[in-house]
Amino acid sequence: MQVTYIQAINQAMDEEMARDGNVLLLGEDVGVLGGAFKATEGLHAKFGSERVVDTPIAESLIVGAGVGLAIHGMRPILEMQFIDFISCGFDQIVNMAATLRYRHGGQASCPIVIRGPCGAGVHGGIYHSQNPEAWFFHVPGLKVVAPATAYDAKGLLKSAIRDDDPVIYLEHKFLYRRIKEDIPDTEYLVPIGKAALRKEGRDLSVITYGSPVHAVMKAAKDMAGEIDIEVIDLRTILPLDWKTIRASVAKTGKVLIVHEARRTGGIGGEVAARIAEELFESLDGPVVRVASKDTHNAFATSLEDYILPNQEKITEAIRKLAAY
Amino acid sequence: MTEQKERELYFWLRLIREFEDRVSALDKQGKIQGGVYSGKGQEAVVVGVCHELRPDDWIFPLHRDLGAFLVKGADPKRLMAQILGKRDGFAKGKDSFLHGGDFSHCIFGATSMLGSTLPVAVGTAYKFRIKKEDRVAIAFFGEGASSRGDVHEAMNFAGIYKLPVVFVCENNFYAYSTPNELQFAVEDVADRGPGYGFKGDVCSGNDLHSVMKAAKKAIDRARGGEGPTYLECKTYRYHGHSEHDRATYRSEEELITWESRDPIERWEVYLEKRKYNRSAIQAETAERVRKIVEDALAFAEASPLPEGLEAMEDLYATPVTED
Repeated sequence: MQVTYIQAINQAMDEEMARDGNVLLLGEDVGVLGGAFKATEGLHAKFGSERVVDTPIAESLIVGAGVGLAIHGMRPILEMQFIDFISCGFDQIVNMAATLRYRHGGQASCPIVIRGPCGAGVHGGIYHSQNPEAWFFHVPGLKVVAPATAYDAKGLLKSAIRDDDPVIYLEHKFLYRRIKEDIPDTEYLVPIGKAALRKEGRDLSVITYGSPVHAVMKAAKDMAGEIDIEVIDLRTILPLDWKTIRASVAKTGKVLIVHEARRTGGIGGEVAARIAEELFESLDGPVVRVASKDTHNAFATSLEDYILPNQEKITEAIRKLAAY
Repeated sequence: MTEQKERELYFWLRLIREFEDRVSALDKQGKIQGGVYSGKGQEAVVVGVCHELRPDDWIFPLHRDLGAFLVKGADPKRLMAQILGKRDGFAKGKDSFLHGGDFSHCIFGATSMLGSTLPVAVGTAYKFRIKKEDRVAIAFFGEGASSRGDVHEAMNFAGIYKLPVVFVCENNFYAYSTPNELQFAVEDVADRGPGYGFKGDVCSGNDLHSVMKAAKKAIDRARGGEGPTYLECKTYRYHGHSEHDRATYRSEEELITWESRDPIERWEVYLEKRKYNRSAIQAETAERVRKIVEDALAFAEASPLPEGLEAMEDLYATPVTED
């Protein structure tokens, strides 16, 4: 079955809500409208307004109420209309949900999914382009996933809904309708915590996730005769699939990390540090990063082009590292 | 009210005071590592509200509602172990004071971000509503927390769906050191209830009768599908915000005035009016609560501290390994 990335997200919620009467959805305009991007289209008609809840504009309430439902065995999916708005629910995520099990000495579970459109490249400007994963990467008790394909979008969301811990699910809005692929007609899950080896290679490892996976794959393909590139799509950011990273670094000895989130304090910094600490002997060159510039997600096309990683910037970094 | 119930209420008031006084004393002896937030003087609020509840109703206590834990059924031994940071506490030593709830008695553990439990209480009430469960959620908060956005967001949502929740505001006139006149421009914060589409009610938080009457009305309203209540209980904490706060921001006269309205003495006067033998009940109850607190302390002191490695447990449902 050919589906777009956003259709895969819709299918995952639809299937899980049909499978489990305790799965419900809360968010702004998720009901009759079907969401600002139509990710929840059709769900209100199918499951009713008790299970597909149009909330007021109140992100802290959305997350907090989600916790209140989750402690009673419900499995709420909490939509941030744009993931940028997650900052308004920040306290409920990092201090309420993430600490719930811990501060109750294991008595409590918090099976919530917080999902929403992240990412730039669609001229969204400062407040409709953000990649907030680093804010949550630092918080124990949370899981963070960022699918790059329609297959993973569906399988990871289904896993997130069934997970007994809070999962932040970052869906990249640039991919919503730009990618389409065949996915199985039968049910499948994509496990949280497992990276995907997108392409095997011997010369250099590119570790990436989310939207840039596609630019990296294209670069790797275009450079095929020149440099044999291995591509790892992390899929899950927290917890990292360290086993897959380690095996790749041990093989190639050279690492480029690519993410759309800005460079300073990003996931790439932690991955690079850990490689330096634990795999120093395997390295044949510096661990380098291609990421967004350390500025806000500016609006004008020219500014956005300057800020964001793209195939050209990735290719240049690969050449430089390969020659090292 | 039966004599048995009147005596039972007295027992809870006295147990809370005995327990909290002991915790304060332990703090002075340096036996408690973290913050201690005494609710001394506010006992009638938690007794009056929690006594009206059923075992499967949920409470979301605020940071000084140690008494709510006791009345709702938490084991005093485990509660004392919790306060001492021991392994037998609700948090198994992972956090202090009332941050570890007791789910087996439907008691939620708060965070230090005051008022943050209100959205959670509202989510719980929403679950009771859609699953057609005859249960209510009680969200305690201070008048200080009433300024927080979480409180507004929670109440607004609860009003829309007429949820089975009671918002109990313990107005003790100070948010740490900040007096009410610097917190809000109204006399009664409960005035805000109608702004959310539900009733606001004010009672004397130092008068158990007054609290019970107001709490019963609010709980009945919630159970009956008539929606939430903003129940404001005017009361006073005798101690500072925490034990290390000497509360120099308020006058001695003010404290003495409120001590003359002590909720426990008030109940004793009532028992006397009912022609019961006040001194006999006092002595008998004192002995009973002393024993409970002694036993709790002995248990807590004997409970081990957690091992260092336990700091890595209870982060996830199944331990996460990256290898």
